[in-house]
Amino acid sequence: MSPLHTALAVIFTLLIFASLVNVLLVFCRPDKNWRELTLRIRTWWIIILFFSLAMISPRWLSLTLFALVSFLALKEFLTLIPSRRSDRMPLLWMFLAIPINYLLIGCNWYGMFIIFIPVYAFLFLPARMVLTGNTTSFLRTASQHHWALMTTVFAFGHVGYLLVLPNDARQTGALLVLFLVGLTEFNDIAQYLWGKSIGRVKVTPQVSPNKTLAGLVGGVGSTAVAGLVLGPPITPMTWSMALLAGLIIGITGFCGDIVMSAVKRDIGVKDSGTLLPGHGGILDRLDSLIFTAPVFFHFIHYFYY
Amino acid sequence: MVKKALRLLFTMTIVWPVIWLWLGLRIKHRHLIPERGPAIVVANHNSHMDVFALLSLFSFRTQQQVHPVAAADYFLRNRWLAWFTLNILNIIPVTRNGEDSDPLAGCEQALRQNKILILFPEGSRGEPGVLSPLKSGIWHLLQRVPETTIIPVWLAGTEKVMAKGNRIPLPLFIDVFVGEAITPHADKAIFMDALLQGLLHLKPHSQGSEAHDHHQPHA
Repeated sequence: MSPLHTALAVIFTLLIFASLVNVLLVFCRPDKNWRELTLRIRTWWIIILFFSLAMISPRWLSLTLFALVSFLALKEFLTLIPSRRSDRMPLLWMFLAIPINYLLIGCNWYGMFIIFIPVYAFLFLPARMVLTGNTTSFLRTASQHHWALMTTVFAFGHVGYLLVLPNDARQTGALLVLFLVGLTEFNDIAQYLWGKSIGRVKVTPQVSPNKTLAGLVGGVGSTAVAGLVLGPPITPMTWSMALLAGLIIGITGFCGDIVMSAVKRDIGVKDSGTLLPGHGGILDRLDSLIFTAPVFFHFIHYFYY
Repeated sequence: MVKKALRLLFTMTIVWPVIWLWLGLRIKHRHLIPERGPAIVVANHNSHMDVFALLSLFSFRTQQQVHPVAAADYFLRNRWLAWFTLNILNIIPVTRNGEDSDPLAGCEQALRQNKILILFPEGSRGEPGVLSPLKSGIWHLLQRVPETTIIPVWLAGTEKVMAKGNRIPLPLFIDVFVGEAITPHADKAIFMDALLQGLLHLKPHSQGSEAHDHHQPHA
């Protein structure tokens, strides 16, 4: 069995274990409400099946699936933000950035991928917006459009770029994706569990009242250890670099989580959508990954590729 | 038979891909959608997308029993459009200018055959995002077929997806809020008010996505 298949098998074992615990809880403590947890785990099955499919598929199909996630996330973001009626055409143009972004990834044109959205889309969008002649809330709307594109397409696209990094026979890009996504989700769960069990001091009372210092420190610590354990067998990193990568993922994951919470708070919604029952919208699931992906990508790209 | 096959082809190759992949419906209280008639689904109207969004709430099988009520002067204005709307969309045409002796006869007959009607009581798409005054044809229908169930539906976002004059639908999610059946009432004014309140009650209040072309302070 290849390392990728082993890793996927481990994930599915964990998922089956979580489902069994859930069934046991529902059976032993029927007085409590487990609906939210049950929904959450059921949705995890769908997410992980989709993710595994993306991991074992040929490159073009994996990238198409990633593009589909970007499309759903951008659509959700644009549905959330207040929009001016005059921005219809600029918004349609934004969607064109998705296929171009993933095409650049697919042909491994790093130099263009890295500037396409931050430079060209950044300049093109306001230029197209100005053609409509509407200057009311211009800066505010332009910023929202850039935020939408940078987070859902450019930042998330870095996950896809890991797949096309030069592969040797064993350490495929898929394993790097697995390392990044696995640690990011592990970090979310670890922070939640540490915070629930011993958390007292709130770190961001204004933004996300459930985040505690113990959750943050315990979560980042656990993620660093997980990085240390997982890094050497499945990535080209040495144990010290893997520890550092775990730390980076832990901290940036936390930042992504609270930044997207602040965005939702500003808009005035609790969840970004309803696409993932038990989780909220797709942006609620991607919030940490939007921050961990580019930072981890450039870390590994600088030191190893 | 041929018409049904064409309808299936149109639904599967155009309506469903556009509604479920390009756009996406987020349905609240889907279980309140009626499965058999006589029933009228009453919705606010802003966009040509509205009718496709509402049709997609039904399974293809139930869809055969669903008829959008549409203005004859607009949807039958030429042969091709008339063929398409009558045979593929299954519309029941009504005249708006009152020349016809009984404009509601077609609707009444369909309800008596236990069909489901889709009706936009505003009469036309009107100003985007604004609910125009409701027309009382629905009350007259209810007097003739009293056992009809009236289900209010609020569609949010279709005016952003495709407003009057737009050609390409903008990919955004459409929120569909289905409400409890409206109780019929013999008095026209009382019933029309109950219907209006039933619709407005479904409209989301504190959604961030309202168009604001002027500056709004945030709480």
